[in-house]
Amino acid sequence: MGKKKIKYIEGKEPHEREYRLVFKNVDREGWDPSIETFLKEDGYKQLKKALKMKPAEITEEVKKSGLRGRGGAGFPTGVKWGFIPPNNEKPVYLICNADESEPGTFKDRYIIHQDPHQLVEGMIISCFAVGANTAYIYIREEFPEGAEILEQAIAEAHDHGFLGDNILDSGFDLQIYVHRGAGAYICGEETGLIESLEGKRPYPRIKPPYFPAALGLYMCPTIVNNVESLCDVKHIMEMGGDEYAKLGKPRNTGTRILCVSGDVQEPGYFEVEVGSVTMGEVINDLCGGLKKGRKLKAVIPGGSSAKVLRAGETYKIKQGDEDVEIGLEDIPMDFDTLAACGSMAGSGGVIVIDDSRPIEWVLNNINTFYAHESCGQCTPCREGSLWMKKVTDRVVNGQASPDDIDTLYSVAKNIDGRTICAFGEACSWPTESFIEKFKDELVAATNPDNSGELVSPESELAAAGLK
Amino acid sequence: MSEEKKTDLVDVQINGDWHQFPKGTRMIEACRQIGVDVPHYCYHPKLTSPGNCRMCLVEMGMPPRLAPGAEPELDEDGHQDIQWMPRPAIACANTIAPNMGIRTDSDLTKMCREGVMELLLINHPLDCPICDQAGECSLQEFSVEHGHGGSRFREEKVKKPKNVDIGPRIRLDDERCIMCSRCIRFCDEIVDDPVLGFTDRGSHTTLTVHPGQELANNYSLNTVDICPVGALTSNDFRFQMRVWFLKETKSFCTDCGRGCNTVIGSRETEIYRQTPRENNDVNSTWMCDRGRLNFHYLHSEARLTEPMLRRPEASTHQNVTWKEAIAHAAQAITDHESGEIAIVASARLTNEELYMVKRFAKAFDIDLIATVPRIGEDDDYLSAADKNPNTNGAKIILGDKTENQLDTVRSKVNEGSVKALIVIEENLLNQGFTKEALESLDSLIAIHLLANSTASAADVVLPFAGFAEKRGSMINVTGRLQRLNKAIDAPGQVLEVWEILRDIIQAAKGENGIYTIEDLFKLMANEIAAFDGLSLAKIGDLGIPLIETDKTIPLLEREKERIASGLIVG
Repeated sequence: MGKKKIKYIEGKEPHEREYRLVFKNVDREGWDPSIETFLKEDGYKQLKKALKMKPAEITEEVKKSGLRGRGGAGFPTGVKWGFIPPNNEKPVYLICNADESEPGTFKDRYIIHQDPHQLVEGMIISCFAVGANTAYIYIREEFPEGAEILEQAIAEAHDHGFLGDNILDSGFDLQIYVHRGAGAYICGEETGLIESLEGKRPYPRIKPPYFPAALGLYMCPTIVNNVESLCDVKHIMEMGGDEYAKLGKPRNTGTRILCVSGDVQEPGYFEVEVGSVTMGEVINDLCGGLKKGRKLKAVIPGGSSAKVLRAGETYKIKQGDEDVEIGLEDIPMDFDTLAACGSMAGSGGVIVIDDSRPIEWVLNNINTFYAHESCGQCTPCREGSLWMKKVTDRVVNGQASPDDIDTLYSVAKNIDGRTICAFGEACSWPTESFIEKFKDELVAATNPDNSGELVSPESELAAAGLK
Repeated sequence: MSEEKKTDLVDVQINGDWHQFPKGTRMIEACRQIGVDVPHYCYHPKLTSPGNCRMCLVEMGMPPRLAPGAEPELDEDGHQDIQWMPRPAIACANTIAPNMGIRTDSDLTKMCREGVMELLLINHPLDCPICDQAGECSLQEFSVEHGHGGSRFREEKVKKPKNVDIGPRIRLDDERCIMCSRCIRFCDEIVDDPVLGFTDRGSHTTLTVHPGQELANNYSLNTVDICPVGALTSNDFRFQMRVWFLKETKSFCTDCGRGCNTVIGSRETEIYRQTPRENNDVNSTWMCDRGRLNFHYLHSEARLTEPMLRRPEASTHQNVTWKEAIAHAAQAITDHESGEIAIVASARLTNEELYMVKRFAKAFDIDLIATVPRIGEDDDYLSAADKNPNTNGAKIILGDKTENQLDTVRSKVNEGSVKALIVIEENLLNQGFTKEALESLDSLIAIHLLANSTASAADVVLPFAGFAEKRGSMINVTGRLQRLNKAIDAPGQVLEVWEILRDIIQAAKGENGIYTIEDLFKLMANEIAAFDGLSLAKIGDLGIPLIETDKTIPLLEREKERIASGLIVG
């Protein structure tokens, strides 16, 4: 396992603070995505074990493991599985969400590209647990090679009897299909994904009544799990739920792949036990520190929609029974602590921002993305995301007035909590948190002389980004 | 109230007061039932609820979740304390729950409405002065209630296609569209013609018709009615009249036997549009395009507006006074034996008019009365196979056999045994009569609305009032008695059919007349059992079931299923 002697490609060795479980075979010397290679390393052994268990026992192990979804929301996977109505008579579907689109997140692609059978095995076990005979891998359009690798892996698994009818003489049937998206961030939202899979525009569904575990794909119970979460299921089978739960921290168990990007010496991916490293350690140890001569300005800890954390801030959190005050660099990278600090662990995408970055530029970059990706179904996000982007365009171009920052904030507030899906929060939290924490710097980028002036032509940025 | 019934009712607090509603009621409908309107754009009770406009967001609360075994704390009325949620809920798609609280007047609800209003308008062209929807636009209405006088939006608006031709009767302005998707859902869910959809995304989302398709189904104009803004406009109505000048008259469509309930929009003597009116026993809230647009003939250039005579020595008809025309007609009838006279009436006439035909026939002992059957095709939605609007009325009043008498009349005219013919509404040349045969009659009395070849062959031409110019009743294909109201005055000297027939009887027999349609109805109710005890007033705006038929309305049957499954409110 993590500590076992595995040779990695030179220059891509895991950091000593890492605990490689899901990423065990990523960048491994002599490793390839073929089933032969996978089988040499006890591939599909956990599947054989699982098929001898009762489905409910597998779910129980996953519940015991404390595994929380690795896609962004951090919802307990076992609990999610338990939401399938007990008297259900409809088919159950399982969908692997491989639409990894959150800016700053780049973990699932490595699993897909380098270790696809790990995912397939995890999926088969999960399908057996939830009673799904049909599963889909919804993969984003931008992973064309990944889609082919997965197709190949599925074909190989079929050839070896791990997929298809009567898998390994267990009586369990399963087909897995790869479905390629068409290039929309919103397809990562589970109900949007389901709509897309049904051949429609990926408009997220209203909840209630459309909770996927009860009314999902084709109005049947559907479990949507992230790539990393499904891989974790295989390891939970291997270790047992209780053992897995010993990794990480209580309520924040297991390992987590952090994707660090931005202004650090060595950005990249790091699989660590949840909460075992602090933000400072991520930046300074795992990533070799900030760029030369630069100071830390801010960190977005869980993908671009997570609220920004500002260097120099302090946070009051509970350690045991004690209230303690910690700084940004002291934050342990786990779900609960990041939430207590006013942000979230999200998708694991850590974006580091140093003092070379004008903060309005960072915010505008994020706003441009969300304005481009809003699906347009519901009013606040559809209209508000582009409005926010246009305002920050002007801030960047020196055409904004201080009043615009107040308008910007209230637009974000008018989106937050008012939309069909979590995209509303995803697009408004950056603006809210950047203004809450960097108002001085944003206002400094404006000019009172611009007040009241009507802006006409769309800025070049707007034209380039959206037309 | 029985115990069982009680459990079907749910206690809900709305703006501080407790009410009871049936289980499964949507929050928005619960509010509506107690007179609290929740503003909305995308929600339509006859369509599924996508919850996309967010205008109906309200503050919502529930009683706290109790620890196992804990007893709820109740106030003096026996209600649990409500924990108000920080996140607002849409009232359209959510159903009520026991002890739920709804606040439509709280700061949170107000902020939500103001926020959504502002966002809906930032990219809207605000071209109300030239927009057909102005005056009946939800954006305008809710702006008054929840909007601001100024805008904080300083950016360039998103540009979208304007004046888009998406079908033969409809035009689309994408900049006005608020993406509520009502039109898309209507096409998809009600008329099985899913030709509309959105392209692009985010703020650039654009309603459009699928490539190579058009919105051309016979129900397309309903999308204009349900469009809450001016995005979809009717080619027929656009730029014709500001809606606030329109007088609204409740009526029904006479284009087929369905009798879809309508509102006629008129100003002075002109009708500008006809829109469907909700009647869940007839047409839900929809009507077909053909019926909707079938009012223009009332304003046709071919409209007969003066009584006319063609004297033996003259080659053309000349306008005369009613007195002269009626005298001529009365003379023509009294000049003949009753066996030499026939009447071709119409199942397009009202019950009252048909009853007057009956009285007329009785007055002159005329036995031979025909009506013209009009059987076409139904369409599995609303359009009925019977294209006559009052076949049931004609059968009840004139008897079953008139439908089969047309051949008899025709052959008797051809062989010369019928010498005087009264024809009302029908163009006989379209019914196998020849011009020569008609011209060989001693007298042809044509009571018509439009100039036509039969009227042109007649010696007396008497103009009558159309469906929107008179009061009266008809019985539709499912046996429902419905009422026409007068929307406009008839042009020129036009009279109603019953008045014309009355005047001829009076001229020939010197009998006292009937002076109001109420009197006429009373006489009819006394004579014909089906109308016993009824009056025009008692028919009401939605009509009343009069006779049993085994006919169902396909569209309404599907609607009932959708209500039962909870998909729509109905």
